Amino acid sequence: MAAAAPQPGGGPPQQGDGPPTPESGLTGETITLRVFKGQPGGEMGYATYEVPEVTQMVVLDAVHWVQRNGDSDLACRWNCKAGKCGSCSAEVNGHPVLMCKTRIDTLPRGPVTVQPMKSFPLIKDLVTDVSRNYETNKLIPPFTAAPDDGTPWRIQQMDLDRLYEHRRCIECFLCQDVCHVNRNHDLSARFFGPRFFVRAASLEMHPKDILDRRDLLRDAGGLGYCNITKCCTEVCPELIHITDNAIIPLKERVADAHWDPVQWVARKLRGRRAKVGAG
Amino acid sequence: MSESYQTRECDVLVVGAGGAGLRAAIAAAEAGCSTLVVSKSLLGKAHTVMAEGGIAAGLANLDTPDSWEVHFADTMLGGQLINNWRMVDLYSREVIDRVYELERWGGLFDRTDDGLIMQRAFGAHSWKRLCHVGDRTGLELIRTLQDRMVHTAGTDVLMECTLTRLLTHGDRVCGAFGYLRNSGELIVIRAGAVVMASGGWGRMFRYTSNSWEGTGDGAAMAYEAGAELQDMEFVQFHPTGMIWPPGARGILVTEAVRGEGGILRNSEGERFMERYDPVKKDLSSRDVVARSIYKEVVAGRGSPHGGAFLDIASRRSAADIRRRLPSMCDQFEALAGVDISKEPMEVGPTIHYTMGGIRVDAETAASTVPGLYAAGEAAAGLHGANRLGGNSLGDILVFGRRAGEAAADAAKGRGAKPAVSKKQLADAEAAVLLPLAHDLGEKAENSYILHRALQEAMQDDAGIGRSEESLNRALTAIGELTERSKRMRAGGGRVLNPGWHTCHDVSSMLTISEAIVRCAIARRESRGSQWRFDFPDRDAHLGQINLVARKRGGAMKVEERALALMPDEVVTRLARSRFFDPVALPSHYAGKVAAPSSEAH
Repeated sequence: MAAAAPQPGGGPPQQGDGPPTPESGLTGETITLRVFKGQPGGEMGYATYEVPEVTQMVVLDAVHWVQRNGDSDLACRWNCKAGKCGSCSAEVNGHPVLMCKTRIDTLPRGPVTVQPMKSFPLIKDLVTDVSRNYETNKLIPPFTAAPDDGTPWRIQQMDLDRLYEHRRCIECFLCQDVCHVNRNHDLSARFFGPRFFVRAASLEMHPKDILDRRDLLRDAGGLGYCNITKCCTEVCPELIHITDNAIIPLKERVADAHWDPVQWVARKLRGRRAKVGAG
Repeated sequence: MSESYQTRECDVLVVGAGGAGLRAAIAAAEAGCSTLVVSKSLLGKAHTVMAEGGIAAGLANLDTPDSWEVHFADTMLGGQLINNWRMVDLYSREVIDRVYELERWGGLFDRTDDGLIMQRAFGAHSWKRLCHVGDRTGLELIRTLQDRMVHTAGTDVLMECTLTRLLTHGDRVCGAFGYLRNSGELIVIRAGAVVMASGGWGRMFRYTSNSWEGTGDGAAMAYEAGAELQDMEFVQFHPTGMIWPPGARGILVTEAVRGEGGILRNSEGERFMERYDPVKKDLSSRDVVARSIYKEVVAGRGSPHGGAFLDIASRRSAADIRRRLPSMCDQFEALAGVDISKEPMEVGPTIHYTMGGIRVDAETAASTVPGLYAAGEAAAGLHGANRLGGNSLGDILVFGRRAGEAAADAAKGRGAKPAVSKKQLADAEAAVLLPLAHDLGEKAENSYILHRALQEAMQDDAGIGRSEESLNRALTAIGELTERSKRMRAGGGRVLNPGWHTCHDVSSMLTISEAIVRCAIARRESRGSQWRFDFPDRDAHLGQINLVARKRGGAMKVEERALALMPDEVVTRLARSRFFDPVALPSHYAGKVAAPSSEAH
């Protein structure tokens, strides 16, 4: 058999190569890409590029084209390019999105503007310092089961179904970016933010978890700062109903813990779950 | 050193923050060692997050004939019996505990009606065996381990740091050298032991499901430090990657689509897997399915963009599809505008996984270099010539833990960290800074262009089907690119400069590509993922050896290592697989297996 038989892997060339043909996916059009460039202490502004359009290309494809064909030091974060890792968060035409899932043919015709996330400190170009999210996560006590709860566990699917939504989070931090408590009021030091309310909700609602994080969420977590404007829900690429299914249930639990007289009496009589992070 | 650099010290250095690295770090820290995890990306973004189908473990929650023995047999047969049988033995026993452990650490799994962990069918597994949560098991696994690790005392994480060299003292690995991606600062990490959990490599191929990180730095570093790289010729094509639109080409379409009942059709509407594998059909092993799609395309029965149709829409209800395959629905809707609950997907083979890697001891995950351990995709041995779906998430848990524990044992007895010679540091620094420093004018090479050229060579000449002629072409190309790579020049500064970062990636990929091609040339047979047009059959001698690539006198040499053969009692276990075929048993095992047991039917 001939060694040079056609390879399925060797089919259409990648975007930006060669002439526009049906196989290459090149449409023959170009896209004007305006990308924020610069770093603190240096020059900052927008660079404009004319990028050959490929069928159904996403913003990250265009940024990669720029890196390969002119501006090799243009910085952006990305990993999977499949909407699963949550690395390539940015603001496209002012909207917080994942660049790998934002198809250019779904945007209005005209220049496409790409900026870094506004609520995090800029490092360079499209990359921001998101390390404070990882610090916040350390403040939330991890999943804890009763040590004598023997394996294998029996849990009903219906008890897990509502947790799946929370567990879909890919930590893109777009919700942290868009939330006005961070974005406009700069309260991130006193506010866990939507991502970590989702995380806390997934722990609090786990049928096998024995901790009580309500005081922590109220005090260090700043849960009360959220006034349920639902901006976080709107930008979530995983379509998690952050406000309705994580934050509001947590607010209700905190209210139960502190303001419900019946619960107060019940607690006096039978004690409460192991509590963490009290005031 | 000509300039200042950061220094860090720890008992155990874990390179990589995917599942294997995180599990190793937890084990090392729990053993009382200060443990530093170094990650090229942000925490939680490692390639583990992409795993979709599940973790294979013989829990027998649905199919009662299943057991760790059947899992052992399936894995050995899937790997065409050149796996390290002792690794498979440990793996199939211990993965059960690791699944339950993950659950106790907060990981979610879908449930059976009885409330037990749900399991799904997968390619070449005898029974329903994959513990999963929808089609996002990897995300669940990495988030659970990530959270466990950051809350384990004694662990620390260094994110967005690329390591370029292992440092040695005498013949022993004693740390690593690299740079912080965000600042460009250089860093020296001194450690009592190093666990290489740096994952696999797919980026030297043009169409791959791997993220940018899959450049093989870890294996390349280990090779430079003297470690043996084993089974490098075995690179897994996942049969189903997206092939359209062009920007999405290579992105994985989970095997769970077929596990949940999806079937492959050619342009004539024929369910062609019935022809290639009448028993396992669409759930045949990945090497077989990938080759079958290839053959259909070559025969002119491919889909419009050179692949096959994957149809789940006609096999399950739309609601079922949305519930069981949520991220596939989302992926096709967002990237291709295809509703998979209504229309078929267009799919084709994509480079997905590397069976080869650092040669390790089964029990301890120790490499052939003292002080260096390896686990997960970076290591070789468990999967042989072809990995079964669901065995990678199990691999990283079982051998991540074993590597972490063994590295901790080794580090604990070592006391003060030895000083690293100035020459080693100066060499490492010079190499990493060279692309920013030298002025070559017209002769300077662009790292992106070299990367693309390497991808062309590997995809076309060392891809799914190979011959001596094509492999030699690839080898020549790699040689030329290696020469050109010495003249790579990156513009811009050291702060977050992807052009500069790509220079090191290209160097690693060239080393690894050379190992893949040299081993593929030496294995003059077809076995598992290695398909040689010029040697279409299996070879008896090659069935009793592994090939290793190692550095001798500055050049790469390929050598044979005899397989440890299974004892008779273990060979007998093979008959427990539903797919056991006594006729296919190689001569060195012939006559050692009784007729298949009744469970096989």
